[in-house]
Amino acid sequence: MNGWSALDRFLRTDPRDVGCAEAMDMLHVYVDPATAGELAEQRYPGIAAHLRACGPCGEDFEALLAAVRDDGS
Amino acid sequence: MIPVNRAVYEIPARLDPESAEWLRVLGGAGPRREAALARLHEMLLRIAQREARRRGPRMLIAGPELEDLAYQAAADALMAITAKLSQFRGESRFTTWAYRFVVLEVSAKLGRHFWRRPDVPLEAEEWDRLPGRFGFEPARESEWRDLLAALRRAVDTELTARQREVFVAIVVNDVPLEALAVRLGSNRNAVYKMMFDARRKLRAALVANGYLDDDDSGRS
Repeated sequence: MNGWSALDRFLRTDPRDVGCAEAMDMLHVYVDPATAGELAEQRYPGIAAHLRACGPCGEDFEALLAAVRDDGS
Repeated sequence: MIPVNRAVYEIPARLDPESAEWLRVLGGAGPRREAALARLHEMLLRIAQREARRRGPRMLIAGPELEDLAYQAAADALMAITAKLSQFRGESRFTTWAYRFVVLEVSAKLGRHFWRRPDVPLEAEEWDRLPGRFGFEPARESEWRDLLAALRRAVDTELTARQREVFVAIVVNDVPLEALAVRLGSNRNAVYKMMFDARRKLRAALVANGYLDDDDSGRS
């Protein structure tokens, strides 16, 4: 990916994006394999859109996912 | 006699057995509760330590301070979890719900810690670093010079003063969003919303001036 497309991708906004507060409120539901699991993106497109665009929330998502996966291993 | 915190111990009917057991034991008293708290603290601490070590370098913290931050995050998360047991509605497994607390604690504490370093820039604007942040190659400057000049003009003309401040801090100066929220006395959600609006305005300006395509595919 070159700089042009990186900038373009960064500036694009998704109207479905729910924002940090709602995404973090629902993060445990989004991550939990017993509730959303692999269907999380389809079930919660607004959260998925947010996690793609928000660095800090994306990091929290990855951290929670890693913690849950560690539990299952 | 009315049980203490009776509302806390109403266990949602659809819980998995392990989650129900956590709620039952943490909602009780005595040695079993103490043992469960110790076990949960151990689990939270393991997550806090891993996350603190992973994110610490970006937030300019390491060593004993980082370890202390992890311990504080685990302790605060445990306190929040026990205080909010009644809010657990069984939408996920109990441990997934509990882990969220410690992950968010680590984020918040790292954001607050960022400003303890005296050499962190905020006022200075490091526009020269912008090409590198997006991966523009110096050898091909003739191709992107006008684009970034147009972006900078749009930052100055299209954004409100607050949006400009947030954009420059996060994108130009590479200040973590969480840390900027602390500095502005705001919160992650509000700062993100400002950045969201700024991104939308800037892209619209670049599209209007022919630098970016007005479609959903992006330019490669």
